[in-house]
Amino acid sequence: MATRFKKMVDKLKEFMYQPERIRNMGIVAHIDHGKTTLSDNLLAGAGIISEELAGQQLYLDYDEMEKARGITIYAANVSMIHEYKGQEYLINLIDTPGHVDFGGEVTRAMRAVDGVILVVDAVEGVMPQTETVLRQALKENVKPVLFINKIDRLINELELTPQQMQERLTKVIMDVNKLIKAMKPEKFNEWHVDVAKGSVAFGSALYKWAISVPSQKETGIGFKEIYEYLKQEKEKELAKKTPLHRVVLDMVVRHLPNPIQAQKERIKVIWRGDLESKIGKAMIACDPKGPIALMITKIVVDPLAGEVAVGRLYSGTLRPGQELYIVDRKAKNRVQTVGVFIGPHRLEVDEIPAGNVAAVVGLRDVISGSSCSDVEDFTPFESIRHYSEPVVTMAIETKNPKDLPKLVEVLKKLAKEDPTMQVVLNEETGEHLISGMGELHLEVKVERVKRDYKLEVITSPPIVVFRETVTKTSPVVEGKSPNKHNRFYIVVEPLPFEVIRLFKEGEIDLKKMDKSFVRRKLVEAGLTGDEAGGAVEYCEGNLFCDVTKGIQYLNEAMELILEGFREAVRTGPLAKEPCMGVKVKLVDCKLHEDGVHRGPAQVIPAVRSAIHAAILQANPTLLEPYQKIYLMVPQDYMGSATREIQGRRGQILEVNVEGDMVTIHAKAPVKETFGFAGAIRSATSGRAIWSTEFVGFEEVPQSLVEEFVMEVRKRKGLKLEIPRPEDLLI
Amino acid sequence: MLIFIGLGLWDIKDISLRGLEVAKRAEKVYVEFYTSLFFSSVDEISKILGKEVEVLKRSDLEENCRVILEEAKNKDVAILVPGDPMVATTHTALRVEAKKIGVESKIIHSSSIISAICGITGLQSYKFGKSATVSWTKSRAPVDVIFANRSINAHTLLLLDLHPAMKISDAIEKLQEVDENLSKMYAVGVARVGYDNLVLCNKMEELKKYDFGSPPHCLVVLSPKLHVVECEYLRIFANAPDEIERFV
Repeated sequence: MATRFKKMVDKLKEFMYQPERIRNMGIVAHIDHGKTTLSDNLLAGAGIISEELAGQQLYLDYDEMEKARGITIYAANVSMIHEYKGQEYLINLIDTPGHVDFGGEVTRAMRAVDGVILVVDAVEGVMPQTETVLRQALKENVKPVLFINKIDRLINELELTPQQMQERLTKVIMDVNKLIKAMKPEKFNEWHVDVAKGSVAFGSALYKWAISVPSQKETGIGFKEIYEYLKQEKEKELAKKTPLHRVVLDMVVRHLPNPIQAQKERIKVIWRGDLESKIGKAMIACDPKGPIALMITKIVVDPLAGEVAVGRLYSGTLRPGQELYIVDRKAKNRVQTVGVFIGPHRLEVDEIPAGNVAAVVGLRDVISGSSCSDVEDFTPFESIRHYSEPVVTMAIETKNPKDLPKLVEVLKKLAKEDPTMQVVLNEETGEHLISGMGELHLEVKVERVKRDYKLEVITSPPIVVFRETVTKTSPVVEGKSPNKHNRFYIVVEPLPFEVIRLFKEGEIDLKKMDKSFVRRKLVEAGLTGDEAGGAVEYCEGNLFCDVTKGIQYLNEAMELILEGFREAVRTGPLAKEPCMGVKVKLVDCKLHEDGVHRGPAQVIPAVRSAIHAAILQANPTLLEPYQKIYLMVPQDYMGSATREIQGRRGQILEVNVEGDMVTIHAKAPVKETFGFAGAIRSATSGRAIWSTEFVGFEEVPQSLVEEFVMEVRKRKGLKLEIPRPEDLLI
Repeated sequence: MLIFIGLGLWDIKDISLRGLEVAKRAEKVYVEFYTSLFFSSVDEISKILGKEVEVLKRSDLEENCRVILEEAKNKDVAILVPGDPMVATTHTALRVEAKKIGVESKIIHSSSIISAICGITGLQSYKFGKSATVSWTKSRAPVDVIFANRSINAHTLLLLDLHPAMKISDAIEKLQEVDENLSKMYAVGVARVGYDNLVLCNKMEELKKYDFGSPPHCLVVLSPKLHVVECEYLRIFANAPDEIERFV
């Protein structure tokens, strides 16, 4: 083992310099479809962990808590060697979490890889989250290959005939290709998965065997033979004759692009800078002699070295001692060491050239998503888009008040590692609030606080975060500054959903993109020409449009006006929940002649209170987060399962019967789904297989709005009445 | 009744005799110090008036002004304001609010930098254009005002930020950040008007090097054309260099 490890290390150092022999890839899947088992067995084959153990070891799940839960939470990075047709290749595998609550990490990991293996469970088929992760990959221009797992179960448990099996597998492949066609029509010819070409493999990650059309030509083992081996319970022999790692990694080497091929295509998707500049050309060429361009995709905490930043190096060569600009943080840090990960071991090396995934110590100012370069004015990589947003909050405090400063520090660290988690101090109550993408996401963070940092903490039950919105157009509201010498005339109205989508998915950006392009897109999305031309700031689902003309000094006051806008929409007037879907228009404005009389203390409160007063006069209401629930249950339990969903304000959308199993598609407000796991388990005697996915915000039923507003106000220690517009204005 | 009483330029001795009498008679006396630097403490003022005086913060006169206006409905409330009360403009809104809720008001004037600047520099009041404040936050506005005034042969009075008090050298630095060309323009630097009245005329780049001592400071950027007497006055009282003769 020790010598093998050393041999591996030597090869690794050699291959780093041959990008055509590198594959940076990830494995993505719906939860429990076998992604981690697959990862472990690939590693075993590549000689990092012993083959005997791999079936049970779940090597990538090196966080103890992940093991306890049996799911993968933190994307780990591992390098391995694979031989294909007499040539050896370096495969950098980035593991990605499978649970939807950790979508932020999946998106970030996509930045580091050029291709993915999409794992689908043959029994369950394409699940909602399979679609989500595939969509994330395609959006980032990451090429997929398909591994259909758990074939043994089709034969042993479901006892499908060859004919039935073929039908089932064809459906999975068609479902995947349908998505590729929808998302990447221009690349469909090149990227669709095809059994004949060998970009689909079938097998059992647990029993370590797999087959594909190319492998069948070599080994003579196809589906017919598989039936025989399994009937005779000769899985071990099968694993020797047509081993999983060889078949799957052959597929990876053959079909996934190397960094040189990939960067040629991907830089234009993930980077908005000048492609003709020196650094732009260097990235497209994956040039180790070019300037440094490094994108951090993950921060891991090493007990010895402290924070280790892991990222994809697109150009240049990293060495200890280099000074790098963290462009998005306006900081400059010195690289202390550079290395690669082999499982949980970090191996330090002298240098890492372009095209590799690097583990860097010393970049203390980076967060997940940072861009680092030795060029000071480097254009940062587009901020990584998160397809999910925080919807659940809980309060956290230490049992011993003396530990509070430490808790604050720990929470800051966790938020730095995972930008989808937010930490806010509630100034009024002194509580610390953590927000994340689901109940599980937060529970995991809290357990880390307890276990890794040995802090005893108390948490509140989870609470959903509502959004405040408007349903009609407000009258013109006059907001006066405290000195009354500045007046802002504001109208608010509903913002079309399409506009939010454009911003959220990064299709438009007010600061970086051509004005006439943005204007045209906004008009298509439903704004008037004046609004589209005057759009100056987008903030978390809300838009500010300046539709005034020729007002003197307005440009000087604009930054303060926008600060007032941001403050107003971050804590709405109903219950200080964030606003969403509010279009704020500045229709007129009167400013004091002299700058000192229109400073921050004058402008910000005037704009904020005018926006709030306008919202209150535009039929305000609440939105709440909804989850899609996808549930598979034996027919006998269908009644209790649907009752459980309907009892939680859920709606059944679709019911399909297949044999004696029923699949139910439903949706329900997140607020009502806390504790669903336990309830559904007891309602179905543990026979339900289910998953959930965040589907967005919907209006709270009118009859419940007031109750929910008061619930939130009470919790936040606010007066138990909705403010009147006239109370806000002076 | 709400009575605004000007305190004048430097300390409580600058209040007018009328202002002093009215303040002594008022049922309630407030003072504010946030619109100007003033060199008498609230205790000294109380001693001179022989009654309690309460200090008002900005928020007391702005967002929470209703409290004082209500009080003025049935009492004579005096507000002592450094300089001439309405010059800092912000109190005009308060007088408007008062009238709207039926509270009468009046003003007892006093001297202000706006008039004193004519005396200390010899520049004629007819020849001033818009004034502006140079603040710590970067802004083009004062520079635009200087150019606009110079285009109509007018002087520009620049007041300097009070939070914290800005010196002439800081102000010139701020202006240069916006437009380097200002360095060559002539200006008059003035310090501690109403007290020791330091005054000096030169190019801005020269004034920047000079130590004017403690605040308050202000600055007048000269018009490209001077009246003959303005020029003589600057030569005699502000140590102006020979070159300014060519602007006459």
